[in-house]
Amino acid sequence: MNSGQGLQQSLLSSNDFELFNLPLTFKLNRQLLDERWKNLQRMAHPDNFSVQDTASQRIAMQYSVRINEAYQRLKLPLKRAAYLCELNGASIKAEENTRMPSDFLIQQMQWREQLEDADSLLEIGKLQQEVLAAKESAFARCETYLDVDKHWIHAAGEVRTLMFMERFEDDIDKRRDQLENA
Amino acid sequence: MALLQISEPGQAPNPHERRIGIGIDLGTTHSLVASVRSGIAECLPDADGRVILPSAVRYLSQGRREIGAQALTSQTTDPANTIVSVKRFMGRALKDISNAEELPYAFLDTPGMLSIKTVDGVKSPVEVSAEILATLRQRAEDTFADDIYGAVITVPAYFDDAQRQATKDAAKLAGLHVLRLINEPTAAALAYGLDNASEGIYAVYDLGGGTFDISVLRLSQGVFEVLSTGGDSALGGDDYDRALARYAIETTGVKVSTDGDKSAVLVAARRCKEALSSENSVEFHALLSDGELRLNVSREVFEAQTQSLTQRTLSAVKKALRDAHIAIEDIQGVVMVGGSTRMPMVQKAVGELLHCQPLNNLNPDEVVALGAALQANQLVGNNTDGNMLLLDVIPLSLGIETMGGLVERIVPRNQTIPTAMAQDFTTYQDGQTALALHIVQGERDLVHDCRSLAHFELRGIPPMAAGAARIRVTFTVDADGLLSVAAKEMNSGVESQIEVKPSYGLSDEQITSMLQDSFHTAEIDKQARALAESRLEVDRMCLATHAALEKDAHLLAAPELEHIKQLMVLAQASKSLDDAIAIENATEALAKGTEAFAALRMNESIRQALSGKTIESL
Repeated sequence: MNSGQGLQQSLLSSNDFELFNLPLTFKLNRQLLDERWKNLQRMAHPDNFSVQDTASQRIAMQYSVRINEAYQRLKLPLKRAAYLCELNGASIKAEENTRMPSDFLIQQMQWREQLEDADSLLEIGKLQQEVLAAKESAFARCETYLDVDKHWIHAAGEVRTLMFMERFEDDIDKRRDQLENA
Repeated sequence: MALLQISEPGQAPNPHERRIGIGIDLGTTHSLVASVRSGIAECLPDADGRVILPSAVRYLSQGRREIGAQALTSQTTDPANTIVSVKRFMGRALKDISNAEELPYAFLDTPGMLSIKTVDGVKSPVEVSAEILATLRQRAEDTFADDIYGAVITVPAYFDDAQRQATKDAAKLAGLHVLRLINEPTAAALAYGLDNASEGIYAVYDLGGGTFDISVLRLSQGVFEVLSTGGDSALGGDDYDRALARYAIETTGVKVSTDGDKSAVLVAARRCKEALSSENSVEFHALLSDGELRLNVSREVFEAQTQSLTQRTLSAVKKALRDAHIAIEDIQGVVMVGGSTRMPMVQKAVGELLHCQPLNNLNPDEVVALGAALQANQLVGNNTDGNMLLLDVIPLSLGIETMGGLVERIVPRNQTIPTAMAQDFTTYQDGQTALALHIVQGERDLVHDCRSLAHFELRGIPPMAAGAARIRVTFTVDADGLLSVAAKEMNSGVESQIEVKPSYGLSDEQITSMLQDSFHTAEIDKQARALAESRLEVDRMCLATHAALEKDAHLLAAPELEHIKQLMVLAQASKSLDDAIAIENATEALAKGTEAFAALRMNESIRQALSGKTIESL
């Protein structure tokens, strides 16, 4: 099935942006993404095939999974940024590449101390705001590197610091849970 | 296991024929069946006009049993054989049941899932549930005087993999073709949303007899997108009963020792609780083996005794909102589901937390079954111009055990299903040729605190230096929320995969043997049924392929079309063989042979979905 294989390849193995027919940029129209996702799932979701033949059901499962995978990656700014870096040959390799700019490391340590000392929801909330602001400026730099300068290596560096910040946000959430349930 | 669908051989299903799909709410305290008739979803009544079937099964000697209201009448006289709230035991081991000693059953600590010794032998919770489901199936068949094509069964959103698998097994055991397992709050949202044409973000607060769920959904143009879900699969109205029963016993100092007394106090507590929803003060009264228990309970006292339970539900609501990244102001409304939401304090607490008036204009007992019926109707293809789409999530994270008893998360909770996620692992010893995988579900960091789902091994890894092997573990969660796991060594291609059911679920063989042991509805023996079923499947497959060709044959080159036609002829010809295996092989050959065609058709429809219809507004 030559023509068939070719066409099948083109959609299942196309990159996330192509699958959703969106431009290959970090800046993204979230509303359009959500709309496309729902339209694609209207076509591919296994629920549409529950009285059909086995082959269609298997294909539906494959496509539906692939569409959800792409949606998750495009939807979350950090994953989208990392994906764009990888697509352009700048590997993130977060596990191996743990070197961070020293001012960022100092910042991290300060935050950690603040979190350990925080014993009210108010303090937690303040810290959260601070991290959020830092994230926003990092994302703004990331967008410039990715969409304007096409400087993938610099973008990958921002992605790594952002990964630290998101992990720290998880820790803030955990502490909040502890305080709320105490 | 489509094996159990009973249909006459040769009676080909017509694709344009109306199929009967039913929705079943298999609840802790009561169960219902609903279906869409003339465009309207309604609960089906029994011969006496009652739609609610109490989830109670009483086993008597010689294989006799009573189900529903009839069984309940013996709850205090024959408590050991009258199983109620069996949903709490689904997919659970004895150690998981916190109050086993308060219950009147003779539990057995059977591996994987507990079982109960009755006068009619040892029963698994799956079998007990199957009795309830079979009763509802029978009710639906009587209503329509026809076979049921398939059923959508609801489960608490917070059910884990073992509990879902147990539910699906029970449905198969009851002879039902499971179209889909859907989450109870999602079903409720479906019934509510379609009824009120709602748009926006809604919370569904579902406090049933034994489970609590909270789901946050976005409703837009027929799409029901679950943003997050949370809850407690062991918290419900039963707990309010128990708290009240404990209070009554402690306050009066009455001695409650026999199983009959325990049941009597619980029944009285439930009655008292229900009355307190409309009255300010009620007499708690239970007849015991020697004497009676009697005291006055005010609503205030009851609320104080159970406040911590309500509080637990509110914590879960807050967590679900955080997971959905939704602020309280974003919530358009909260739908109240489950009989326990009749308690005024629950309505009040939820309304205060979410700053909105709880919506309860649909019967909280029926709304889940109605939603399931709507989904069943769509799945069997009766609602061809329907615009409805459910996008649900997985409630609990899935992961595997790594060194030191820690959990490595592979699929985080609240992922939209179906989903597949993979992670690479490596060997930690030189020459290691096997890797043991322990699959767990839960949010905690230690394996010990999560639910163990299954163990399996990838064997035959070629000997390599430690750290050189690259083992990709892929978790796939289907649209029912059920997990399967595959592991593959990427350098050598060695593969292994399982459906996650060994520790808690039942094998198809076990189900078949249980079916033969306990149900006598099917006269034809197992082989004949397999043969009939395989012929039916071949017909279904050929019809579907035929329909696909009629519509999209132009996508195929001549030799490809010829190949598919040949496979269809072979499949049809196989029907004349009296050999289920041969027929299944021919069907599978056709399925394999048409996969590329199915993919072509999918590409086509996706292209259409993306072309031009939406406004490019970047």
